[in-house]
Amino acid sequence: MEALLDILLAGSFWAAAVRIASPLIFATMGELICERAGVLNLGIEGIMVAGAFAGWMAVYSGLGLWPGVAVALGVGMAFGLIHGVLTVPFGLSQHVVGLGVTLLATAATYYTYRLALPEVTAPPRIAPLAPLPIPILSDLPLIGPALFAQTPLTYLAFGCVLAVSLILYRTPLGLAVRAAGENPGAVEAQGLSVTAIRIGAVMAGSGLMAVGGAFLTMSAFDSFFFEMVNGRGWICIALVVFGAWKPGKALLGALLFAGFDALQIRLQQTPLGADLPYQLFLALPYVLSILALVAMSRRAQVPAALMVPFNRGER
Amino acid sequence: MAMTGPAMRLERIIAPSWSRRLGLPALALVATVAIAAWLAWLAGAAPLTVLGLIVDGAAGSKFALLETLNRATPLIFTGLAVAVAFRARLWNIGAEAQLYAGAVVTVLLGTGAIVLPAPLLLPLIVGAAMLAGAALLLGPALLKTRLGVDEVVTTLLLNFIFLLFVSYLLEGPMKDPMGMGWPKSERLVDAARLPRIAEGLRLHWGFGLALICAAIVWVIQARTTLGYEIRAVGLNARAARFAGVPVNAVILKTAFLSGGLAALAGFSEVAGLKGALTLDLSPGFGYTGIVVAMLALLHPLAVVVSAIFVAGIFVGADSMSRAADVPTYIADLLLAVALLLMVLAIKMTGFRLVRG
Amino acid sequence: MEGGAAPPALRLDRITKRFGPLVANDAISLTLDRGEVIALLGENGAGKTTLMSILFGHYVADSGTIAVFGQPLPPGHPAAALAAGIGMVHQHFMLADQLTVLENVVLGTRSLWAPWFDRAAARARIAQLSRDFGLAVDPDAPTGTLTVGERQRVEILKALYRDARILILDEPTAVLTPQETEALFATLRRAVGQGLSVIFISHKLHEVLAVASRIVVLRHGRLVGEVAARDTDRHLLAEMMVGHEVPAPKVAAQQAGPALLRLDAVETPDRNNRPGLRGVTLDLAGGQIAGIAGVSGNGQGALADLISGIETPAAGALQIAGAGVSRWSPRAAIRAGIGRIPEDRHKTGGIDAATLTENAILENYEWPPISRRGWMRWPVAEARTRQIIETYDVRCPGPATPLRLLSGGNIQKLILGRVLEAAPRIILANQPVRGLDIGALTYVHERLLAARAAGAAILLISEDLDEIMALSDVIHVISRGRLSPGFPRGSKTPAELGLWMAGHGHDGARDAA
Repeated sequence: MEALLDILLAGSFWAAAVRIASPLIFATMGELICERAGVLNLGIEGIMVAGAFAGWMAVYSGLGLWPGVAVALGVGMAFGLIHGVLTVPFGLSQHVVGLGVTLLATAATYYTYRLALPEVTAPPRIAPLAPLPIPILSDLPLIGPALFAQTPLTYLAFGCVLAVSLILYRTPLGLAVRAAGENPGAVEAQGLSVTAIRIGAVMAGSGLMAVGGAFLTMSAFDSFFFEMVNGRGWICIALVVFGAWKPGKALLGALLFAGFDALQIRLQQTPLGADLPYQLFLALPYVLSILALVAMSRRAQVPAALMVPFNRGER
Repeated sequence: MAMTGPAMRLERIIAPSWSRRLGLPALALVATVAIAAWLAWLAGAAPLTVLGLIVDGAAGSKFALLETLNRATPLIFTGLAVAVAFRARLWNIGAEAQLYAGAVVTVLLGTGAIVLPAPLLLPLIVGAAMLAGAALLLGPALLKTRLGVDEVVTTLLLNFIFLLFVSYLLEGPMKDPMGMGWPKSERLVDAARLPRIAEGLRLHWGFGLALICAAIVWVIQARTTLGYEIRAVGLNARAARFAGVPVNAVILKTAFLSGGLAALAGFSEVAGLKGALTLDLSPGFGYTGIVVAMLALLHPLAVVVSAIFVAGIFVGADSMSRAADVPTYIADLLLAVALLLMVLAIKMTGFRLVRG
Repeated sequence: MEGGAAPPALRLDRITKRFGPLVANDAISLTLDRGEVIALLGENGAGKTTLMSILFGHYVADSGTIAVFGQPLPPGHPAAALAAGIGMVHQHFMLADQLTVLENVVLGTRSLWAPWFDRAAARARIAQLSRDFGLAVDPDAPTGTLTVGERQRVEILKALYRDARILILDEPTAVLTPQETEALFATLRRAVGQGLSVIFISHKLHEVLAVASRIVVLRHGRLVGEVAARDTDRHLLAEMMVGHEVPAPKVAAQQAGPALLRLDAVETPDRNNRPGLRGVTLDLAGGQIAGIAGVSGNGQGALADLISGIETPAAGALQIAGAGVSRWSPRAAIRAGIGRIPEDRHKTGGIDAATLTENAILENYEWPPISRRGWMRWPVAEARTRQIIETYDVRCPGPATPLRLLSGGNIQKLILGRVLEAAPRIILANQPVRGLDIGALTYVHERLLAARAAGAAILLISEDLDEIMALSDVIHVISRGRLSPGFPRGSKTPAELGLWMAGHGHDGARDAA
């Protein structure tokens, strides 16, 4: 118990929680945008892999860090375009296409990695984004290191939640996206293109997923490994459900989730952790995700047209 | 706002011609091959040579062919598992975990815990392994039918959880004391091993079992009330429920069948090929099963063909990458491309894209 | 613009549209003058909705042109139609249910790249339009919580908010009470008074005569006539619309048989914005048709689900032929001798992608002779299907045809066959003729009347008050989940029933008492 208290009172724990949450926040916002427009994007896992690799590779090849983030964003949007074109105008199963995009993005990443670095045994390192402590605020106890001594990409993640909320609920564009996820027929009847709105949303969302992946190689770590995304994409899908398709709640879910993750890492190092198999701790995030889905089942208002393809003038 | 002509929409083709029904899938295949050539060219190799090496490595010799069939065996099982489930619109993405469940049970019962002659022991293990795989899918299926929790995410997440469980088993209770520290189980006793189909032939009876399973699944689908129910539930669950089909029971039965089939992949790999359980027993057979099933249009007999085709690409790519300087991941990439193009081609046999 | 004469509000010139072999619109030309109300009359499938969908840009015509106030309208863009001043009130409302009225109205009225929209200004404008046209509705209510009448007002507001000069209403009265219909007509008169032109699509003769100055009649995709409302009457219009006089169904008086279905103070829970039943009591005897009238979304779904076996009573009792039921389910309902014709024949009644055989045996596949010990006997199933196809005149290439290739009427005949071949004691017919053409409609009614003559108890749920009044021995009105007492045939006028439909019936009954 005392050990638990020690962990919770350490600033490093809160800093770690926010750091772990950052890629999840990006990707969760990305998935949320897609689903609010009516498209389930199961490409998320693969797109995160591609983003992680693309950002890192760009920096390794000599581009700067921010251009690297832009490259990841672009790669994510490209896979989003593939997903969007296949599921929106062609109306293919979003399940199958999503899994297919995950396979495609993952395989393309691995293939490119081997092509680019045929000889290496250990992947090279880059100089990742450095923490950018905000004067005064970062000296606050607990929340200082947690919120004000992170890398710029973490600040961007929080900014991203704010931007997604504002766009979804305050702008004509956000209204059109939400309407497309509720009743695409209503969008079409008001003279807007459901196809354009949905493909646009999937591209934007996929871009954010890729940036979430890039966070892993450019901020959390400094290198690219296979399997480094390790199910984070699937967890983000659970987080969207947990957040009831609302950006603020999804952010809360991501932070809560990351908190548990940071906690399990630290608990492993306690005497209790030594007695229990470490796999138990590693499995905790996945178990929590399932529990979150179960807890939210039947509570949330699912976008009414989620996974329903729209065909103009269907008779 | 710019007016660039009317937007596109899909129009159903009432009676698609045969040229369309065969031509489009063929086109998808050709496009996949073209992309393969392009990928080889990207790697700095001669495209035709690479393609030739893949075909040769997959089917160029008796050894290559048998290797392909061996590799196809677990894919037939996982492909069948996915095909059965997807037909009922049960999105079982957890074949990977169910495969390991079957493997774990095989090791539990097959390493000397039960002493029986092979003709009794093997059926026992098969039954127990299937039950384990079924049990693993039953959880997500129940969450779906009872609480409406989406099974895609739960089955996916279970893959990670179960693999960690297997890792725990292999480092703890099931660890081979003679394994020199490697996380590896003890070896199966001889009675628990699947014999080879013919003496001297490097192909085990797991392949035979896979063919039998494909035939059984086909009979279930075409001839039994369960098969009819699965089709009705998959095509329109609402109409099926209204007409009195016990939809939830059908989904649970489907889950049982699907999980059991996936588990057989694990059984067959351990009892037929590896003889012991390691953490790298499956290089993603569960996920590749999805590609296999989709390429087979969810038809159980076509799953066999599709599994051999997919296995051939893997085996061929492995052998090719030893000879040419093209990464073996070309196989995964091609399968993803083939999957997406084939799904698109199949859809477009029934529809055309028109303006207005 | 020649001669200074203003061009008409709308001119359609030789519009032709084919869907595969079907000619939905065959060289249709018509004009709409400024400040005029014309009615587009035709039975289901005559091509009215297709024509208006072309006008609105949902479809592109194969040939023909459209001019709005003299300007050619680019085809295939709802945005162009909207910009030209065309507003459309769709038959199936185009509203996003979780969004508010205001959000639905302003959707698409600003550039998507505009940073904000001005909610205060939008709210003020909606309030103004509501007053001007008599369209009261709360701008901040999610549209999913509104009644059907209110949703229609939102649809009209959407058009007016965009300054529509031409208003198209597709079967707008199908879902309204007689009183709400009157209010709609009043709104339309105000709109015309402000210079709008209106196209009113309907298949109801008395309505088009009441609202339009000119009536355009479509039949099988062709324009078959155009008359001034004052020069015609119901009979002439009916003949133009169908090609012959439409005989009213003959309902022979008949003694009621034994009580077969009894609901006693049944309650069911609300589901997805849809009201459940509130203390519903109903007695239905053999050889009788009980008609359930009401505005859609007032508990008809819950009542149908209950009788179908989908929903179980939360309180109260359900009795079949004097016996209470336990373990209620669709299968239990079928076994109790209830034949069910569902409301949505495409989504609930049949499986589009499955064959006719697979559809025909959906309710009895589990028992001999269709299957035995879990094994299907497909030849028997196919023979059954052939018999249904023959007996019920299902026009199709054969039992192996996918259901989706059939017309709505033929799908309904197959479902009718599936139901009636089981010789049910009780028949639930939920909107059995919605969307059918006269031929299929007449056939379905005849079959139901034949079942009544054979002693079946029939519960007919319909939003079409005319249909209810024509066929029912007893009429009940359902409103907000509550069921009125049964009114014997001919004892109430449409207006009186309309009061019950609007939920004022119980008050009226209390006042009278």
